[in-house]
Amino acid sequence: MTLDFLQFAFMRNALLAIVLSSPIFAVLGTMVVNKKMAFFSDAIGHSALCGIAVGVLFGFTSRSLSMVLFAVLFSVLLSYVKDRTTYGADTIISVFASVAMSLGLVLLSMGGSFNKYSSYLVGDILSITGTEVIFLAVCLVLVAAFWVFSYNRLCSDNLNRGLAGSKGIKGRVYDYVFSAFIAVVIMFSIRWIGILLINSLIILPAASSRNISHNTRTYHLLSVIFSLVCGIAGLLLSYYTSAPSGPVIVLLLGITFFVTFIAGKVIQD
Amino acid sequence: MSEHAHKLNSHDSCEKHCHCIKVNNISVTFGKQKVLDDISLHMHCGELTVLIGQNGAGKSTLLRALLGEIPHEGNIEFKETKTGNISHVMKIGYVPQSLNIERDIPMTVYDLFASFISRYPIWLPKNRRLYDKIREQLRIFSVEDCIDRQVGKLSGGQLQRVMLSIAITPMPDLLILDEPVSGIDENGVRDFYRLVNEMKERNGLAVLLVSHDLELVRKYADKVVLIDNKILCKGTPDEVYGDENFKRIFGGIKA
Repeated sequence: MTLDFLQFAFMRNALLAIVLSSPIFAVLGTMVVNKKMAFFSDAIGHSALCGIAVGVLFGFTSRSLSMVLFAVLFSVLLSYVKDRTTYGADTIISVFASVAMSLGLVLLSMGGSFNKYSSYLVGDILSITGTEVIFLAVCLVLVAAFWVFSYNRLCSDNLNRGLAGSKGIKGRVYDYVFSAFIAVVIMFSIRWIGILLINSLIILPAASSRNISHNTRTYHLLSVIFSLVCGIAGLLLSYYTSAPSGPVIVLLLGITFFVTFIAGKVIQD
Repeated sequence: MSEHAHKLNSHDSCEKHCHCIKVNNISVTFGKQKVLDDISLHMHCGELTVLIGQNGAGKSTLLRALLGEIPHEGNIEFKETKTGNISHVMKIGYVPQSLNIERDIPMTVYDLFASFISRYPIWLPKNRRLYDKIREQLRIFSVEDCIDRQVGKLSGGQLQRVMLSIAITPMPDLLILDEPVSGIDENGVRDFYRLVNEMKERNGLAVLLVSHDLELVRKYADKVVLIDNKILCKGTPDEVYGDENFKRIFGGIKA
């Protein structure tokens, strides 16, 4: 197979974007799955529309900036309200996500221009720019640093907040920062992955890995490998078949999930 | 008679032992409801204090207040009896009721333990020194062979011992145990009380335990505190078990 696709700048950027973002999604996903936050990251994706709308409304020149600011605010507010009610996270998330999405839709259609934004629903990986690739690289470095310094704390807080507290671990703070990280990463990626698919990229690699992992190291390693392999394979497959790349990647990850699911059951018996 | 003498002995152990812990006037209010009202306790090292009361009496709330997890009035003082120094900072070891784990969570005992006591990321290759240290600590409760097992696949008793090892790493000034008996069979419960008792005597630990097992409490507790939003009575097991309040609340139960 020739590497003829590399002669196109948009393919080079897309490939770089996959290589940089796969580890981010894979690694964040391990904690999202352990914390049963799949619904949360989905909600953040859906609230992206509102982020865009707010940016347009206040005349932000950089759409990414307004979305990121909005995402951080959204995630912190959500965690805050969640900690102060007894409804359970799913209800609060649902409230926030539906309000944010509706607000976004209303605001964006006021100028009669909603169609302009509909590309956010499915995204287009081939449209990623060099600047966005650099953003991703920065994100990767930040997430890696956060993971080195905070993973244990995040993990212990999730196991039992009281026990973590007795060891001097301020769990809530890490929880907030983690939510904000997810929000920022999703906002950066939403334009080229799309609202409808973003959550699968976070959940599927980690869930597949969890099917067959028994310790934290394998869990992380396999999650990153699944994410990278399916991402790159999906991009190439879509290039040669001209199917949309996002859905192809997600389908490959879906197959991985079911294969590992069966493998996990077989190993156990 | 001799049992009574033993209880008296440990009662004024503040003189002999290293420290004592004073819980002063703890009150907790949720909304408009006062859940805990002016709770004061004295705990000495080498002494097992057991908190009893009905469901909803505020036992777990008191533990959470002591752990600093929820806003409360009042404070805890920690006094070195030798030097007479009073401080508000002390190490608390805690064994919670349960951990948020599922059967298939990809996490070994090493991962679990390390996440609480170390900053070395557990997703990186195992750290030899940390691994050896954890093995040492697990050995105290004879569960060192579980170190590489998945936490969700341990038996209730094994997980209990792992949590005890975590709680005493590093050795705390006060050990708090929250209803640790749920989810374990009867033998496991006896085993647990025996371990706590042993540890208390060996390390001169002050232990505060929330319990439902009135029979074992009578056997092992040095002091019993009966609460129902406020302290109803406290003293030796014999004193508390003979109290009117105790009879009213646990009336039907033979202790």
